[in-house]
Amino acid sequence: MPLSVKHLLGIKELTPQDIEQIFQTADEFKQVLQRPIKKVPTLRDTTVANIFFENSTRTRLSFELAEKRLGADVVNFSASGSSVSKGETLIDTVNNILAMKVDMVVMRHSASGAPWFLARHIDASIINAGDGTNEHPTQALLDAFSIREKVGSLKGKRIAIIGDIMHSRVALSNIFCLAKLGAEVMVSGPPTLIPKHIHSLGVRVEYNVKKALEWCDVANVLRIQLERQHKPLFSTLREYALFYGVNKQMLDSLKKEIIIMHPGPINRGVEINSDVADSKQSIILDQVENGVAIRMAVIYLLSGRKDLQDSIG
Amino acid sequence: MKPNALLVKTLLNNDQLQITLQRLAHQLVENHLSFRDTAIIGIQPRGIYLSNRIAEMVKAIIGKKKIDYGKLDITFYRDDVQTRDIKAPHDTIIPFSIENKSVILIDDVLHTGRTIRSAMDALVDYGRPKNVELLVLVDRRFSRELPIQPDYAGYTVDTIITQKVIVYWNEKDGKDEVVLIDKV
Repeated sequence: MPLSVKHLLGIKELTPQDIEQIFQTADEFKQVLQRPIKKVPTLRDTTVANIFFENSTRTRLSFELAEKRLGADVVNFSASGSSVSKGETLIDTVNNILAMKVDMVVMRHSASGAPWFLARHIDASIINAGDGTNEHPTQALLDAFSIREKVGSLKGKRIAIIGDIMHSRVALSNIFCLAKLGAEVMVSGPPTLIPKHIHSLGVRVEYNVKKALEWCDVANVLRIQLERQHKPLFSTLREYALFYGVNKQMLDSLKKEIIIMHPGPINRGVEINSDVADSKQSIILDQVENGVAIRMAVIYLLSGRKDLQDSIG
Repeated sequence: MKPNALLVKTLLNNDQLQITLQRLAHQLVENHLSFRDTAIIGIQPRGIYLSNRIAEMVKAIIGKKKIDYGKLDITFYRDDVQTRDIKAPHDTIIPFSIENKSVILIDDVLHTGRTIRSAMDALVDYGRPKNVELLVLVDRRFSRELPIQPDYAGYTVDTIITQKVIVYWNEKDGKDEVVLIDKV
C-alpha cells in the first residue's frame, strides 16, 4: 500500500495509517540492518540528492546510510562552498541537480516552509530533513518508533517534551505525530521558550520541569537552540541548567522509571546531565539506530510508480 | 455467455491436493533423508501456506519434532519497484544459519520465475547454501521469463498469460483447492 502523499514534507499531512505503514516497513528494515549483509538492492535504479542548506551530522549521515543500504546512488550537496554563495536561487540550485537525473531530494533548509515551496515547482519526491523552526518529520517518526519499541502502542501514553519548544522543529513534528497516534502530550520549559498559543494544538503546558517529569511516561528533552535565539530569552545557560535541566536526582526522586530521549546534539550539563543521558533509562542511541530504519522505510514507500503518484498528487 | 465472465476450472480438488502434498513431502524425504543438513524456506506471502503443510508432513514422516524451517520475504529484492505499486513487506524469519545447508525454496505457483530469482538473491544475503532446490505446487509451463525450473512440482499445467492459477488454502480461504481462471 503506498502512502497517501507524494512527498514527506511534514507530519501534519500524514494520516495515522501512513505512520503505521512507515513503522511496519521500518520493522522489516531494522531486521535487514541486523544481518551480516546490511543491504538490499531495492532502489538500485534510483538516485537521491541530499541537499543541506544547514549543518547536520546525524540526520545527514543517517539519510545517506539509509539510501546506500537500499542500494540507491547518492549525491551530497551542502550550501557552504557551493554556488548558493554566488547568489543562485533555491529553485535554480535544485533544478540543476535534477537535470542530472536525480529521482528524489532530501532537503534541510533554514527557512520554514522551503520544502513546500520546492514541491510546487519540481517533479521529484521531496523529503523534508528539517525546515527552519517548522517541521522535522523523520525525527518525529523515529522518536515515536523508538517509544513504540519500548512501550508498545502509544495510545494513552504520556509524553513530555522539555526545553526550547519555541525554536524546535522537532517539538512541532513530535506534537503532530504523537497526537495522531493517540498519545497525550505536555510541553515544559521556561515561559519565554514556549509559544503562547501552543495549547491550541491540544497539548498541556507545564512550566515546572519536575512536575512534567512526574506526569509523564517518556521525557523527550530538547536542545537549547542558541543559534536561533536572536534576543536573550533566559539569563545564562547556568541558570537554565539549574531550573530546567534534567538531572539524576530529579529522576531518582520520581516514583517510577521514565524513558529519557534526546534528538541530539546534546548540550551536556545544560538541558540534560551526563548521568541522565548515559543512564539505563536513556534510549538516545536507540533513537539514532532506529533513524536509519525509519528513513529507509520513508524513502522506500515514496519511491514507487511515478505516473501513479502524479495522478494522486 | 456474457462477455467478461469468468470460466473457473478446478485443477486439483481437496482430495487430490492432499495426495499431491503427501507425494511432495515424500519426495523431499527420499532425497534428503534425515533433514540434518537441509532447511525448508517458504516464500512470503502465499508460499507460506504450502511450506507450513510440507514442513509438518516432513516432520511426521521422519519422526522429528524440529527441522530447520524459515520464511523469506522478497519485497525488497523485486526488480519492478519503480514500475508498479509499492508493496508492504512481510516478515523474514530464518532462525538458523543456511551456510553449507541444502535449502529447499517453496512457493505455491511458478509462473515467470521472477519471484524465484528475487528469492535466490535474498537468500544469498543470509549466507552461502550448499545447494538450493525449488518446490512448487503448480508449475505453469511455457510461461517462464527466466531460465528457472522446479525440482519438485505438484501439478504441471499449460497456460496462457491471460489465465490465472489460484491456490486456495483452508487456513486462509476456507477450502483446499487449485483452480484455473479464464476470462472469456
